[in-house]
Amino acid sequence: MKYSKDHEWVTVAGGVATIGISDHAQAQLGDVVFVDLPKVGRVVKAHESVATVESVKAASDVYVPVSGEVVELNGELNGDPSLVNRAPESDGWFFKVKLSNEAELNELMDKAAYDKFVG
Amino acid sequence: MDETALRRTPLYDLHVALGAKMVPFAAYEMPVQYPTGIMAEHKWTREHAGLFEVSHMGQCSITGPDFETTARAMEQLVPADVLSLKPGQQRYSQLLNLQGGISDDLMITHSNWKGLEGSLYVVVNASRKGFDFAHIEENLPPGLTFKRYDTLALMALQGPSAESVLAALNPAVKDLAFMHSGRFELAGIEAHVSRSGYTGEDGFELSVEAADAAALWQKLLENPEVKPIGLGARDSLRLEAGLCLYGHDIDKTTSPIEAQLNWSIAKRRRADGGFIGAHRVQRELLGGVSRKRVGIKPDGRAPARDGTEIQDESGRKIGVITSGGFGPSVNGPVAMGYVETAYAANGTPVQLIVRGQALPAQVAALPFIPNRFKR
Repeated sequence: MKYSKDHEWVTVAGGVATIGISDHAQAQLGDVVFVDLPKVGRVVKAHESVATVESVKAASDVYVPVSGEVVELNGELNGDPSLVNRAPESDGWFFKVKLSNEAELNELMDKAAYDKFVG
Repeated sequence: MDETALRRTPLYDLHVALGAKMVPFAAYEMPVQYPTGIMAEHKWTREHAGLFEVSHMGQCSITGPDFETTARAMEQLVPADVLSLKPGQQRYSQLLNLQGGISDDLMITHSNWKGLEGSLYVVVNASRKGFDFAHIEENLPPGLTFKRYDTLALMALQGPSAESVLAALNPAVKDLAFMHSGRFELAGIEAHVSRSGYTGEDGFELSVEAADAAALWQKLLENPEVKPIGLGARDSLRLEAGLCLYGHDIDKTTSPIEAQLNWSIAKRRRADGGFIGAHRVQRELLGGVSRKRVGIKPDGRAPARDGTEIQDESGRKIGVITSGGFGPSVNGPVAMGYVETAYAANGTPVQLIVRGQALPAQVAALPFIPNRFKR
């Protein structure tokens, strides 16, 4: 699992990245009550704001850390957005992107570097 | 904001020790939430008792030769009936500007504290206290004195268990009626206790000397029915209760009639006027208003925040959301805003423009959950 400076995580399998927000990010946001996901088929560019996560208090942008095409959404988040709080780095994933530039993954941090980044 | 300029309330250290997330609010460092989070704090308050520190709010008094003189002076500044307040009784009102807009909303009490009998005790919003205090003082006729209480702390105990919790410290508080107050000893501490709050629940507001605040706070938290609650849940609680937040749902451009606060203006004051801003209030009472504050209930799950455009079904802008978020007790998004009067009836379908998408919603009755004030 790799992490961005905007607190998203990425895992990659077969050229497809699964993306969510880090445990640190969900703790900062507090209770998640709604997640607005991009449409399947949308072509996204790295660092673009493509989703919104709403807590009781505020709406926060989610930035996609890699470029590509959105190929799948986590439908579970519609009925149970609190999955993002309970299982941020597993079942609470947001969407999957078919990578168009795998080299972008090299810009991301590993867990040790991310933990240091968030202090 | 320059963080060094932020002020701290008497209970700052206790909030930090409880693990609160502290945020700047109205030039104070205030707890927005404790580790359990806004959702749990909100629900705890509705089901048990929540304890809030609100010492950042402004407390002051106005004293004249007798109550009638003082009340008549205050009635120049607010549209409420101050004159008929009985000792210990309090009312919600608004300071108005010359154009009939709202400079702030406030609570006015006919004091029955020993040594302050016949004075008015007034509580105003933290963000407006500088303006309010100067405005009130400047407008007092000769012979009246204004005093601000910078050494008083303020906390609120809110929720269905609030009465039993406070009665365990002094059973006499049970006899306080809604919007009445008195001086009570609580765990050996002299407190001004009023049966009021801003959550839609039964509860109390407790004003004590700052030096006594920590002891009372900790005494109340010893009761397992009580948990500390931050400003985040205070906001979602008051929104569900349909209560206005100054700077959002009411401001210097909105009148009390547009804000649907007509209930806070007594018949005598409507007829006689005689307060700053009366011209607009009386005109709007007779001729109506072009926009009204209403509840808005989104049909879906997405919250619509402050500033969201409200459209009619044809896509024409008819208003704007002034407070919006997620209502934990409603278990869905809730909002308030202003719409053109033709669209103000409950059930009117509207659409909200959230991130470029038109989301269906309806004008809804306020409050979103029934008030449970002690009557």
